[in-house]
Amino acid sequence: MGEPMNISKIKSEIAKTSSEEVLNSYLEKINKSKINGYSTVYDEAVEEARDIDKNGHDGILAGVPVAVKDNISTDGIPTTCCSRILEGYTPPYDAHVVERLKSEGAIVIGKTNMDEFAMGTSTETSCYGPTLNPWDTGKVPGGSSGGSAAVIASDEAPVSLGSDTGGSVRCPASYCGVVGLKPTYGTVSRYGLISYANSLEQIGPLANNVSDVAIMMDVIGGHDTRDSTSVSQKTNYQNTLKDDVNGLKIGIPEEYFGEGIDPEVEESVWNAINKFEDMGATWEKVSMPNTSYALSAYYIIAMSEASSNLARFDGTQYGYRADGDNWHVMASRTRAEGFGTEVQRRILLGTYALSAGYYDKYYLKALKVRTLVKQDFENALSNVDVLMTPTMPTTAFKLGEKIKDPLSLYLADVNTVPVNLAGVPSISVPCGFSDGLPIGLQIIGKHFNESTILQAAYSFEQNTDYNAGRPGEVE
Amino acid sequence: MAEENPDGVVIGLEIHVQLNKLNSKMFCACSTDYHNSEPNSNTCPVCLGLPGSLPVINEKAVESAMKVGLALNCDIVEQTQFHRKNYFYPDLPKGFQITQYDYPIANDGKIVIESDEGEHVVRIKRAHMEEDPGRMMHIGNIEKSKGTLIDYNRSGMALLEIVTEPDIRSPKESRRFLDKLRNIIEYLEVFDSNLEGAMRVDANISLQGGSRTEVKNISSHKGAERALLYEIMRQKNIMRRGGEVTMETRHFDEEKGCTVGLRSKEAEHDYRYFPEPDLTPLRVADRVPKVTKTLPELPDAKRERFLSQYGMTEMHAKALTSDIRVSEFFEEVAKEVDPKTSASWVADVLKGELNYRELTVDAFKVEDMISIIQMVTQDKITEKSAVEVIRQILDYGGKPDEIVRENGLLKVEEDVVSKAVTETIQENEQAVNDYFAGKEKSLNYLVGQVMKKTRGRADAKEVRELLVDKLNK
Amino acid sequence: MITKEDVEHVGWLARIEIDENDADEYASQLNDVLNHFEQLDEVDTENVPPTYHVIDLVNVFREDVARESLTQDKALENTSSSKEGYFKSYRII
Repeated sequence: MGEPMNISKIKSEIAKTSSEEVLNSYLEKINKSKINGYSTVYDEAVEEARDIDKNGHDGILAGVPVAVKDNISTDGIPTTCCSRILEGYTPPYDAHVVERLKSEGAIVIGKTNMDEFAMGTSTETSCYGPTLNPWDTGKVPGGSSGGSAAVIASDEAPVSLGSDTGGSVRCPASYCGVVGLKPTYGTVSRYGLISYANSLEQIGPLANNVSDVAIMMDVIGGHDTRDSTSVSQKTNYQNTLKDDVNGLKIGIPEEYFGEGIDPEVEESVWNAINKFEDMGATWEKVSMPNTSYALSAYYIIAMSEASSNLARFDGTQYGYRADGDNWHVMASRTRAEGFGTEVQRRILLGTYALSAGYYDKYYLKALKVRTLVKQDFENALSNVDVLMTPTMPTTAFKLGEKIKDPLSLYLADVNTVPVNLAGVPSISVPCGFSDGLPIGLQIIGKHFNESTILQAAYSFEQNTDYNAGRPGEVE
Repeated sequence: MAEENPDGVVIGLEIHVQLNKLNSKMFCACSTDYHNSEPNSNTCPVCLGLPGSLPVINEKAVESAMKVGLALNCDIVEQTQFHRKNYFYPDLPKGFQITQYDYPIANDGKIVIESDEGEHVVRIKRAHMEEDPGRMMHIGNIEKSKGTLIDYNRSGMALLEIVTEPDIRSPKESRRFLDKLRNIIEYLEVFDSNLEGAMRVDANISLQGGSRTEVKNISSHKGAERALLYEIMRQKNIMRRGGEVTMETRHFDEEKGCTVGLRSKEAEHDYRYFPEPDLTPLRVADRVPKVTKTLPELPDAKRERFLSQYGMTEMHAKALTSDIRVSEFFEEVAKEVDPKTSASWVADVLKGELNYRELTVDAFKVEDMISIIQMVTQDKITEKSAVEVIRQILDYGGKPDEIVRENGLLKVEEDVVSKAVTETIQENEQAVNDYFAGKEKSLNYLVGQVMKKTRGRADAKEVRELLVDKLNK
Repeated sequence: MITKEDVEHVGWLARIEIDENDADEYASQLNDVLNHFEQLDEVDTENVPPTYHVIDLVNVFREDVARESLTQDKALENTSSSKEGYFKSYRII
């Protein structure tokens, strides 16, 4: 087992050697890697490292390599959502978060593998092939930000960015034994994030520890005028993290420990809750009665929005283009050949849900159920400070196990999607192992109350050693 | 008095007005000044619809839309939001258009149009904001095209779609309505009608007993009249043959002046409207008082004022207020010279000369108009000469006094000649008698005397005519 | 129940060409998912307003200020088919 890397270690490493050397050692590791965590490795990043070595940089991430999910736009680096339809597309602009990273001196080392258009829980639908779980290469790394989590676990990047529409940061963080945060909706600008479901998703950081996640949030968070749904001000989480949960009130929603939960996962989570109690927190059970409807509501909303968001991929301006007698035929073939099966399925379902005669039954109904789910969170969080649940009901499943059965794949998201419906922040931290596979604890907070969940996660991390180790070299 | 309408023509219009006087587009910071730009040089990730880009609402576009709504006597909605209208077309870079759906920014207004038959009210159903698609050119014509070329410079321009109730009863009336609408919106200074694509019209039209067709792609007021005339004729002929007019969307071919049906599968739509998740709702009704204050004097009010303030005729008042630039031009002129005279010169003469040349009043300078009118009122030139001066300026340029001088239009010079003729007649009794006695040559002598007196500046032919004239009085 | 014909219609609306041989399988997969969605029918949502946005924001605007655009080269950088500064595509009908 290797030692997990972190930002402060990298910075002292850079101080001792150079950004270029540190970057090269990462590029070397990536080149030898078997887990397929990157869709594009940006070798030209060496130029930027040299520039920082030569001219210096006082940014908080000066010279630190960062891996960025392949659905976050990077000027001059291909951004494909791991879809054939975006074959050869290179954005002429940087996403807001990438601008922020660069202004702090970070170096984008590459784009990470993901489920095509972030639609999945296993990173198996990528046009570049699946990413493997570094803890067990027969298992999936989770998804959709599987690459972003796997490259942290296998030390092919110290920190990364993912996106979380229904659990896409937290699920792979849980399966790969790293820390991943889904910020409050509106905290991080979505400008440059290729939309899957606009009203649900946020960009979030993944790292080996909570402090690094806090640093990354300070860098990428804050208001951006180019995203109308962006609200918050700049934060300073990194300097306010304390090992202190004294008096923290924890709510345990029973509905998240229901059918389908792996007993070892359940046990680990309860151990974690007991640990919090030992550390001075209290817990009580809370009820969130609409939880079982969240999954359907989530998928209806996500697919409906996706069907519209993905309409722009028609072969006219960029990406893959098929042949056809006329434009409409060309577009229909481009989309049939360019999108993978799961993406097509979701577009068809979303189109159906919005079509004449079905809007009220599906989309509008889902938005109303969303209100009820959101109210569940408001009620529960009015009595407690945070909620704790298993991030995923099980540990990582086998490659190929669920890919043929869409519904079973959707059901895996049962504990993460309600959070996106409500827009609240949530973090997944490692809290145990089962058969050598990591288990994640989900800590959910109130709107814009990242500081509380970060501090709870940080304290837990300081008093346990679940993320002290790393998988061995994958051969 | 109602206009005659034996065929039971019912027309409703949808007018797209580009808010082209804004600085930037509806949802991004690209300039609205693209008309002379190279194709695809006035775009950004947002209006190209590049993956990951997000729209942000232009505040002034919303206030401009409210201004138009208020000027059309509409109610401004309490709360609204933008929707996505989903359909596929190469000029639509995102595969959906951001528009308004169930709560348009303005609704329930009206415009009163005047005609020889009296006043007629056309009700405005709604006015909503949306973004313009790009511009498509067919290589060849639309039916037999080899491909399309697309320019996204126009993509994302702020549009206001104004929808009328089916209150229009003839192509001529639709043109009058459009002229009035254009005039009102130009008064608001939110739009310049001279720019290409500034106002585009779709028309719904039916005859009594037939289905409605929608004619798209009409880009001018004249075009609207032609398209509607063609469509009425087409529908009448179908009905005359006992056929049935099918409900469909037709494309107006401006060059051929006819409408063409589009194949139905591509025209079949299910727009799957849903609220745009990337934009926040709008709550702007509380701004109505503020926006109302910014409303300028509108055409009808200005016409009333011209009548009472300047004492001009109804016809002049109407003519002068039917175009904001003309009304402003007139008022500038009227500051310096008698308003009634100014009204007549601007409305009767200048406007006619401009129309004839398809020019706007911008082609003529206020100071030139003032100096021309002054020359007439001071009796320096004749009215006929003044018209000539206006024509010369429009056709060749130049300043009025130079043109008068170069063309010898000063009345004073005519007087000199006429004075010389009178004197010559008085001073040469013998020659005059000879002339009346039938001696033609004596006329030549008299002309010579006049020429001598005017030092050769007079035109001999004119002098001869003048002499004959005066001798025979 | 989604039929094979429904799949083809929705495919046309979404501009995704459906292979005739796949339409049946699509229909059955979509029906599985839609059947699951049916569970929402049991939720009483009378008098429950829909949540379009989780954060209560209104009137988020931009000032009417123009900024520089992308160059024509940048705009056309990702296309494989352009002509004289235009994107070139297939005929429309």
